[in-house]
Amino acid sequence: MIEFETVSKTYPGHPAAVADFSLVVPSHSTVVLVGSSGSGKSTLLRTVNRMVEPTSGRVLIDGEDVRERDPVALRRSIGYVLQHGGLLPHRSVIDNIATVPVLNGVPKRQARTAATELLERVGLDPKVGRRYPGQLSGGQQQRVGVARALAADPNILLMDEPFGAVDPIMRRELQEELLRLQSELHKTIVFVTHDIDEAFLLGDEVVVLREGGVIAQRGTPAEILGAPADDFVRDFVGADRAERELHTTEVDGRTIAVDAAGRPVGVLAS
Amino acid sequence: MTWLTLNWPQVLELTRDHLLLSAPAILLSVLIAVPIGRLAQQRPRLGGPLLGAASLLYAIPALPLLIIIPVIFGIPLRSPATMIIALTVYGVALLVRTAADAFGSVDPRVREAAVAVGHSPRSVFWRVDLPLALPVLLAGIRVVAVSTVSLVTIGALIGVPSLGTLLTDGFQRGIPAEVATGVIATMALALLFDGLLIAIGRLLTPWAATSHERLLPQEKAV
Repeated sequence: MIEFETVSKTYPGHPAAVADFSLVVPSHSTVVLVGSSGSGKSTLLRTVNRMVEPTSGRVLIDGEDVRERDPVALRRSIGYVLQHGGLLPHRSVIDNIATVPVLNGVPKRQARTAATELLERVGLDPKVGRRYPGQLSGGQQQRVGVARALAADPNILLMDEPFGAVDPIMRRELQEELLRLQSELHKTIVFVTHDIDEAFLLGDEVVVLREGGVIAQRGTPAEILGAPADDFVRDFVGADRAERELHTTEVDGRTIAVDAAGRPVGVLAS
Repeated sequence: MTWLTLNWPQVLELTRDHLLLSAPAILLSVLIAVPIGRLAQQRPRLGGPLLGAASLLYAIPALPLLIIIPVIFGIPLRSPATMIIALTVYGVALLVRTAADAFGSVDPRVREAAVAVGHSPRSVFWRVDLPLALPVLLAGIRVVAVSTVSLVTIGALIGVPSLGTLLTDGFQRGIPAEVATGVIATMALALLFDGLLIAIGRLLTPWAATSHERLLPQEKAV
């Protein structure tokens, strides 16, 4: 469980990046922080592994203030996936995945064997392991990033717009892969994105942020879509967008779902 | 050619002396310049003036430097140590700025990601910064190596034997073949060092050779 207690972060000479943010992320669930740039979502994520120190307030993991922990040990105990992979370009894919176990003193051979298994777990050919990150596609790099984050078997995964830089088809595949992994692994995931559809797809709970880390609404995707708290949320989730407003119509005895613009989007299962 | 066939044992010995003067100087230059360059890159306010001062060392004329060094370090003028220290001064002056640039060439996002997954400051240096700075660093070390090998020859002026001895001796006694041998041997040695450094670079940076390789089309779908 991760708890944010009235977390604020102010950079000198700027308005508060995050002000008085409080949130509880229950264990084994995925919470998505969604907001546009300037909403402080990445800043919040980075307070968990002490890449950002809050100006005031505190962050607790299982009841323990992260400031009590040694930052290096803390970071090794948390999986972290970044937008651009953040892989080491001079290390092979296998060695990238094995990074944290090796830093923790696991013998290299053992760490590499485990890394090869992880490679398959995230849907990559083990042959890819000998290559360097520069030789992989964007989607493959993100898979390696996920494998690296899982290598030390952390309880917590922090994901900072991990699929933001890949093409839509690849993104969809990666999202499905993450859902599959999460159904097997039950990690506590904090996921940051600006894409509301991604948030609704992945989040057990979604937190919509305004500028400065102010929570506009939090709830399950259904709650937020069904009852947007205000115009900001309504606008942000596109509740008024034509493709969100569905009607049904009968065609040849089957019920077809149609959006507000009259485009058919699917068939209701009987 | 007859001069060489008659004198090759001496040439060989001078080549060895030349090596024993240049190799330690190159090594020391690297060991001193790399930490200074790293410091300058990390703390520009402190490092800026330091870089300027170090680079200025190159402006000291060689002969006065060779006189000052024995005075400062309390060593005999005609010792190899005097030569090695002087060459190290020039080597450091040449290398510090490149060393700072080398660390500056490391993508800050890669460094930050390394910190975020749990590298300690020490492992960031050894496992991330140093290897990624290596390509630029090696380019600088190659310049230092070639420059050092040719600078060793001026040691002959204060009586420290090296291939430079062939130059002074050849000039004084009017033996063109001896001068030519000195020049060619020095250049060969410089090329040898350069080739060696290129080979070391290839060995230590295997990723550099592959980073621009295109993906095969059928692999893109994976």
